[in-house]
Amino acid sequence: MMSNQLKLALVITKREVRDQFRDWRIIFPILGLTIFFPFLMNFTTAQVLQFVNRYGATIVGERLVPFSMMIVGFFPISVSLVIALESFVGEKERGSIEPLFNTPLLDWQIYIGKLISSIVPPLFASFVGMLVYCVGLIINDVPLPELHLIIQIVAITIIQAVVMVAGAVVVSTQATSVRAANLLASFIIIPMALLIQGESIVMFWGNYATLWWVVFGLSVLAILLLRIGLAHFSREELLGRDIDVLNFRWGWKVFRMNFLGNATNLRNWYQFEVFPYIREIRYSILILSLLVLVAFFVGKTQITRFELPVEQLGVENMQAQLTLLSQNWSFGDFSPVIAIFWQNIRVILLAFILGVITLGIFGVLPLFASIGIVGYIMGLLGNAGLSVSTYFLGFILPHGIIEIPAAVIATAAIFQIGVILATPDNQQTIGEVWIKSIANWAKVMLGLVIPMMILSAMIEVWATPELALWLIP
Amino acid sequence: MIETQELTKIFDDFTAVNHVTLNVHSGQILALLGPNGAGKTTTVRMLSSILRPSSGWARVAGYDVYTQPSEVRKMVGVLTEHHGLYGRMNADEYLIFFGELYGYSRSHILRKINPLLEQLGMDQYRKKRLGEYSKGMRQKLALVRALIHEPPVLLLDEPTSAMDPESARIVRTAIKSLSNKERTIILCTHNLVEAEELCDQISIIQEGSIILNKSMQEVKNSLVGSPVFAAKFVASMDGKFFDLPDGVQMVNRNESTIYFKVEKPTIQNPVLIRLLTEKYDLLSFEEVPIKLEDAYMGAINQIKKNNNDE
Repeated sequence: MMSNQLKLALVITKREVRDQFRDWRIIFPILGLTIFFPFLMNFTTAQVLQFVNRYGATIVGERLVPFSMMIVGFFPISVSLVIALESFVGEKERGSIEPLFNTPLLDWQIYIGKLISSIVPPLFASFVGMLVYCVGLIINDVPLPELHLIIQIVAITIIQAVVMVAGAVVVSTQATSVRAANLLASFIIIPMALLIQGESIVMFWGNYATLWWVVFGLSVLAILLLRIGLAHFSREELLGRDIDVLNFRWGWKVFRMNFLGNATNLRNWYQFEVFPYIREIRYSILILSLLVLVAFFVGKTQITRFELPVEQLGVENMQAQLTLLSQNWSFGDFSPVIAIFWQNIRVILLAFILGVITLGIFGVLPLFASIGIVGYIMGLLGNAGLSVSTYFLGFILPHGIIEIPAAVIATAAIFQIGVILATPDNQQTIGEVWIKSIANWAKVMLGLVIPMMILSAMIEVWATPELALWLIP
Repeated sequence: MIETQELTKIFDDFTAVNHVTLNVHSGQILALLGPNGAGKTTTVRMLSSILRPSSGWARVAGYDVYTQPSEVRKMVGVLTEHHGLYGRMNADEYLIFFGELYGYSRSHILRKINPLLEQLGMDQYRKKRLGEYSKGMRQKLALVRALIHEPPVLLLDEPTSAMDPESARIVRTAIKSLSNKERTIILCTHNLVEAEELCDQISIIQEGSIILNKSMQEVKNSLVGSPVFAAKFVASMDGKFFDLPDGVQMVNRNESTIYFKVEKPTIQNPVLIRLLTEKYDLLSFEEVPIKLEDAYMGAINQIKKNNNDE
């Protein structure tokens, strides 16, 4: 049954691939990048190898060979971006999408069919290019990269193509015109350019194991993008949207509706908007809570990798420092409260920005890093034979009991952006989901996180040093 | 075959289709008449399960457009204003592609399309690139595409708009040849001549609402009033007058022809003919066909009048 359904999706793939191979605007760049460019890279590599070997810098040459192979593989797949960007919106502009939508094909069949058709030709060209490059290496008597490295490069090339195409197809389904899709392409091109730069550093650094992490990370991203694309693919939206003017009024209306709901007063707002939303994101809160524990233990295990003498923590003169702190942070003095509060909010804002641009994924990093550091310090203290529980009770728990849940809730609301985007709902556009998620995050921030953060900052300034002083000998 | 009840589509703040109720049976051709932006395309898209109704329901060939979209699409052939052909393919490749999307084998598709292409006079062009086709040819091919799965329902959305008269004629003839007892056709158009030529049922849609839904003859009768008959005489009738019976009224005249509006033709025509032949040589006496255009304008004027009265 499934294979029959996939067969129908592949009918679209077959047509599109055939159509691409009839288009000289695709054929010529692909031919150039598969035949001419690998030869050029071979020549350059051979020249550089000769040059660096003359000065004994053989390691540069060794690293250059796999690096060039990666670049030879990457260039043809950049064509996939162009193909994928216009896959849906281009057909819409040419008026050929509606007959396709009138067929009994399911949404996913159309989506997957087009997705594969955007990947296959450039990827094929990429493999041919790498093959030509390797043949050139053999002809020039340059040793081939090791097999595991070749496998890594092929894996990276495939996953990069999938990520680029998956992202571009999402753009294509959501854009109102090819022009709009091309403008939005920078959201794919810039991160990919940064990624290639990162990969280049890793390749010259020679830490090839890191490349597997890159493959893993990109695989997660590809799955997420695929999921988001499928979740929000809607024939209606694609055919219905024609205007690509920013509609601030609509955006504000959606935001306001999600932020305020039908609340008429503050009590109403908490009762029908804030608390129900917390309930809605309970699974994200649960995941983030588990992540906090993981971060703590990961941080704790890092003491063996990043050794630090416990004296650096100033444990020896802790009493004096705490006394000074409690004198400086006198009860009723708000300036340290504001400083701590603002520091925490800045971290949450950073998480928010990271989350918004990475579909919620990197939004968890600040929380993970902060808790990881706590875990690391606790690990150091434990390693030095000091009582971890006493330090935890004295330094972390008094304000942490409010601050950590507040941070978890704020991060869960950010994480929820990705969760909602990946949840099938073809009644809403990605833009709409985005605005709603931001409104929900703002609701949680204003209703819960900010008050909790103010309270925790007050405790941290006025109570924690006193408690620590009392607890720590 | 096609049934809608209070079908409504709202885009943000704009109501494109407003409580449309239609009932089109097998063998009927319904003209959905209306100016640009009246809601014709939105209705067709809802009937082909591309757009979801905001409220109301529609059933096409027994399937609900909202809950059974795939089944509906199997039953419907849609021809849109924009033919949507792939310029680098030829007719065979194009039709095989769509046929395969319906799950048919290549040989089965070829068996199906051969007579259709022949019927539409397209046989000799099937290996030509579609990018080189004329507008009329493109639309005819799109029609074959819409028929490839032998759908019992055909939705034709302005199939001849933006076409030259010759191409439009070719496509109209093709559409006419496709109607049969088992097939229901909805033809969206703002071309009254086309509707008059092809359809037996008329629905006029304006600003998303159906303002009239009747058979072609009913529309003409109800909106233009009593039928008009032309009496043609051998000699000139200038200055000749008649003492007309009740319910008969002279509405126009020229040299040898006089036009009469007759309220009850079955009763009054024999009396009128007797009167006319008493003194003069009557050459012919026949009903003047009512143009749909007059009916359409009558409907629009009536609505305007009603709106003003309100």
